[in-house]
Amino acid sequence: MESAAFVRTEMAAARPPPSMDMGPVGWMRQNLFSSWLNSILTILALLGIFFALVSAAPWLIQSSWTATSLNGCREAIAEAYGEGTHGACWAVIRERYLQMFYGFYPRDSYWRPNLALVMLFVALAPVLFTSLPRRMLWFSAVYPFLGLWLLWGGSFWIVISILFGFFVGYAVLTILMRMFGQLAGVVGGALAAVLYWVILTGTVADLLHAVIPLGIEPVESARFGGFMLSTTIGVTGIACSLPIGILLALGRKSDLLIVKSICVGFIEFVRGVPLITLLFVASTLLNIFMPPGTNFDLILRVVIMVTLFSSAYIAEVVRGGLASLPRGQYEAADALGLDYWKSMRLVVLPQALKVSIPGIVSTFIGLFKDTTLVSIIGLLDPLGLANAIRADANWNGIVWELYVFIAALFFVFCFAMSRYSMYLERKLQTGHN
Amino acid sequence: MSKTRLIVAAAAASLVGGAVAAGTLDDVKAKGFIQCGVSTGLVGFANPDADGNWNGFDVDYCRALAGAVFGDPEAVKFTPTTGKTRFTALSSGEVDVLARNTTWTFSRDADLKLTFVGINYYDGQGFMTHASLGVESAHDLDGATICIQTGTTTELNLADFFRANNMSYEPVPIETNAEAREQFFAEACDVYTTDRSGLAATRATAEDPEALIVLPEIISKEPLGPLVRHGDDEWADIARWVLNALIIAEEKGITAANVDSMASSTNDPEVARLLGVEGEYGGMIGLSADWAANAIRARGNYAEIFDNNIGPDTAIGLSRGVNALYTEGGILYAPPFR
Amino acid sequence: MSEKRSAPSRQPFRIGMLLYDTRYRSLTIQVIALMGFMLLVAWLISNTIQNLNSLGKDVSFDFLRQPSSYDINQHLLEYDSRSSHLRASMVGLLNTLLVAVLGCTLATVVGVLIGVLRLSRNWIVARLMTIYIEGFRNVPVLLWIVFFMAILIETLPRPRDFRGDDATASMLLGDSVALTNRGVYVPEPLFSNSLGDVPILGWFSISLDLITLLIVLFVGITGAGMIRRRAERRQAETGVRPVTWPIRLGLIAIPPLVLLYLLGFHLGFPELKGFNFSGGIYMRNSMIALWLALSFYTAAFIAENVRAGIMAVSKGQTEAAYSLGLRPGITMSLVVLPQALRIIIPPLISQYLNLTKNSSLAIAVGYMDVTGTLGGITLNQTGRELETILLLMLCYLAISLSVSAILNWYNNRVKLKER
Repeated sequence: MESAAFVRTEMAAARPPPSMDMGPVGWMRQNLFSSWLNSILTILALLGIFFALVSAAPWLIQSSWTATSLNGCREAIAEAYGEGTHGACWAVIRERYLQMFYGFYPRDSYWRPNLALVMLFVALAPVLFTSLPRRMLWFSAVYPFLGLWLLWGGSFWIVISILFGFFVGYAVLTILMRMFGQLAGVVGGALAAVLYWVILTGTVADLLHAVIPLGIEPVESARFGGFMLSTTIGVTGIACSLPIGILLALGRKSDLLIVKSICVGFIEFVRGVPLITLLFVASTLLNIFMPPGTNFDLILRVVIMVTLFSSAYIAEVVRGGLASLPRGQYEAADALGLDYWKSMRLVVLPQALKVSIPGIVSTFIGLFKDTTLVSIIGLLDPLGLANAIRADANWNGIVWELYVFIAALFFVFCFAMSRYSMYLERKLQTGHN
Repeated sequence: MSKTRLIVAAAAASLVGGAVAAGTLDDVKAKGFIQCGVSTGLVGFANPDADGNWNGFDVDYCRALAGAVFGDPEAVKFTPTTGKTRFTALSSGEVDVLARNTTWTFSRDADLKLTFVGINYYDGQGFMTHASLGVESAHDLDGATICIQTGTTTELNLADFFRANNMSYEPVPIETNAEAREQFFAEACDVYTTDRSGLAATRATAEDPEALIVLPEIISKEPLGPLVRHGDDEWADIARWVLNALIIAEEKGITAANVDSMASSTNDPEVARLLGVEGEYGGMIGLSADWAANAIRARGNYAEIFDNNIGPDTAIGLSRGVNALYTEGGILYAPPFR
Repeated sequence: MSEKRSAPSRQPFRIGMLLYDTRYRSLTIQVIALMGFMLLVAWLISNTIQNLNSLGKDVSFDFLRQPSSYDINQHLLEYDSRSSHLRASMVGLLNTLLVAVLGCTLATVVGVLIGVLRLSRNWIVARLMTIYIEGFRNVPVLLWIVFFMAILIETLPRPRDFRGDDATASMLLGDSVALTNRGVYVPEPLFSNSLGDVPILGWFSISLDLITLLIVLFVGITGAGMIRRRAERRQAETGVRPVTWPIRLGLIAIPPLVLLYLLGFHLGFPELKGFNFSGGIYMRNSMIALWLALSFYTAAFIAENVRAGIMAVSKGQTEAAYSLGLRPGITMSLVVLPQALRIIIPPLISQYLNLTKNSSLAIAVGYMDVTGTLGGITLNQTGRELETILLLMLCYLAISLSVSAILNWYNNRVKLKER
């Protein structure tokens, strides 16, 4: 048999692809000019970028960093780049950036919010990264008290005294549980702790403080402002709304009709109204709802309303997490003979919350952005401070620089967080099927 | 998990202030400072500087009040309030006194249950417009676009004025003075209307003040003054007489600098009574004998406060006008101190 | 085994059973929860009453009938400063709805466009769209609103730039549209033989021209639908589909055109008069800034939903449709879109809700929505915080709940029928 002449017996050597399909040219042909439509889009996009740069760049670059007033800026720019040049007056940022970050917080105490922020990350770490030692969770539990104490200051004994309440509650709980059973223990423990907090905390703290004065200078809420205020409201709001939100989500999924309708009613009401109306309630009505003579701080009132607001959203996120669990998990927990709270605590919630973390992070991003609304009710968040700065005779008439600065900072914070939440989502996806 | 919730309760407990119903003076003395409601930022009247210190005409009144009560002009804290939140802040007890260039009107006095303690600035609503428009009178403004600060009496006055004169206009409601400025200078509105003092301040800080004119018409009376809650006459008396003391001090030539020498050397019985050298007048309102001297020491008499914040030598450059003493052709007239 | 088991013996009722017997426990817990809830509500109400008493205020909605004494620049109802506060609130509510509807429309268009373009194979376009989405999503919407307002005020020409021989600005599209820093003026439709208005309950009036036009249009569309259905029946019977589109198009288009002609339809152009332009439809820059900011902000979220929806339809679906011989257009409309829409629409509607709620930030640019009138000036001038804020919340709640109802209805309709 003779082999057919047209059948190749050995492989031909691979040749490089045509030069038009590789290298930068090939890449451009594939990604930018693959069709008529794409070519047009590319050219339009390039033109758009070009014009945006041409119109914005001179303003950004031909700027003044050193002047002390808007008129000073105008003169400096006219001197450096010629009459009639419009440039940014970044000097206002240079002069006021500390105010934008810390509001009117005392300058020599800036380390306190800074430390609180660092400690926040330390406290969050064990929650977010399961590889860290579990013991760090104790720090996370104590952090809320420490953080608030750092920000507002006052006697350190208040923190100790409040924490002591948990000890009181726990002690009563164990004793009663041994004597009368679980339910009585839980009720008695909670009651004892609350009674202690309401009646004794202040006295105990004062006594201890009188013996050993240990504390830092108190800072009143009116001095809070800028991004520190936004962060405080956002973080406290989310932290406080987590437990409420989880309870609401459980209530919404529960079989108990009345509990369910109360939860659904609350969630739908809060989600149905804009945050600004709740802030109006905080600024004008909340004191009317409280017992006569109560007078909360405006920031505290805002935090309360923001907490209620975000707890409804957290509840929906957690409900999504609960719904994503296969039914088998609930049934398995029941089959083991766990009661409702045990099955929730040990089986359902750990899994559901893990799934909900990205949702919680995006709720936080939303809430953090929404803290700008407090400027409408007169709090000095970055946007409110921008208005106050514009009311200063030196900076009267400045517009863009402040907005650009605030927008850029918000962008950095929120973008970083959203990327992080996407990373988490990918990481968590592997654990489930 | 309930830990986080409880700290809010704990924080609440530590932040809860004294009862509103009790005498304001006692509360104020107990907490050691006066909480004063001011505007969120209005050049010359109240605005914070880079360090968070508040300055301005209204702010200095509060400092004088703190001086009278505590002998320390720094014993006062400021709460920025918006047009919307100011009255609730006062009636809920969040602030002890509201000095936020607020117009004294019947319904605010009667319906909102507030007590105005006097008038520290006689103002009136006016119009400012661009000179290039060639408008000379407010009666030429038919069809104009007008920027107004919302949440004030100005929008009601404006509606009344145009209705009475059978003219139409396009209102552009704006929250803050800074934004109104921005819109007006960009000519997004032809006219800016607010109190004449505010117009003067805005005009003074313009790039080219000559290009702006303030029209001659004054369409309303705007008596601005500090106010307190209804129902606490003792506190209202203190707030009222601190204001009066500042005016009498100007009348008698008592300034922050010479208040001590005046007290020791005066032959004028009214000055002696005012400065606590003679009689027990301080005790009548629950204060020390030298309360008025302390109030004047804080930031000076009315004229000094006026000149330092909004007077002709400041960026705002308001002249005294009707706010001069009655002896100098104005209508500023404090009741006698006896 | 089973026959041995008997019903649990009837024990006499004991108090402890309320807690430990599962038959009663849920009831006990619910009763306790209800009592706790009612106690809380009663506590709040009694506090409120005490506080209001000590302030010397009462709860009354009489102020709604008092004259409002303020003017509103944009009013879709007839309104002046002598109208009541109630009417002012209605004007505000309509303004809220107007900007919400406009915003949702534009946000959908932009969002779908951006979402599709982000999936584009064009590298630079896809990157630009990512920048757009991340840029808008990560900056607070309030900042965008004031930003857009500042852009409109600072960059567009002033009305007086249009005036005189040395005008520096000119009107667009053959002198019909004027872009100024006070807003945009566009031509308005006018009828020279107008049928007039019908008053409804003495509250407001609707143009009869509009009603007639809508009726004629509706009849035309219904007729066209009937013809289409008949054609479909014909196709099912004979396999041949008669060509009907010219008739259908004519049925929809011609009667309204005739009607417009009869009514004497023409456009009213804006022209510079006195201080401002007059004539035409005036869209104030407060509305435009709010509209654009809300739309572009929400569009960034919608784009992500659209992208997720399209990506969620697996490629196998498209390939399966092709292998059945369906053409790309039909594949898109019958196979891919119905599945993608099921995923896109629920988050889309919640974005609409967010947009509507965010429209309450109108107060920052002075757009007179219901927060600006009822929750702003009315609250300020009457000092009735409790009543106005309650009404304000009810307004938004009503809008939200009705949109949610639509969403639920849709979800039920498109729910996968699992058998």
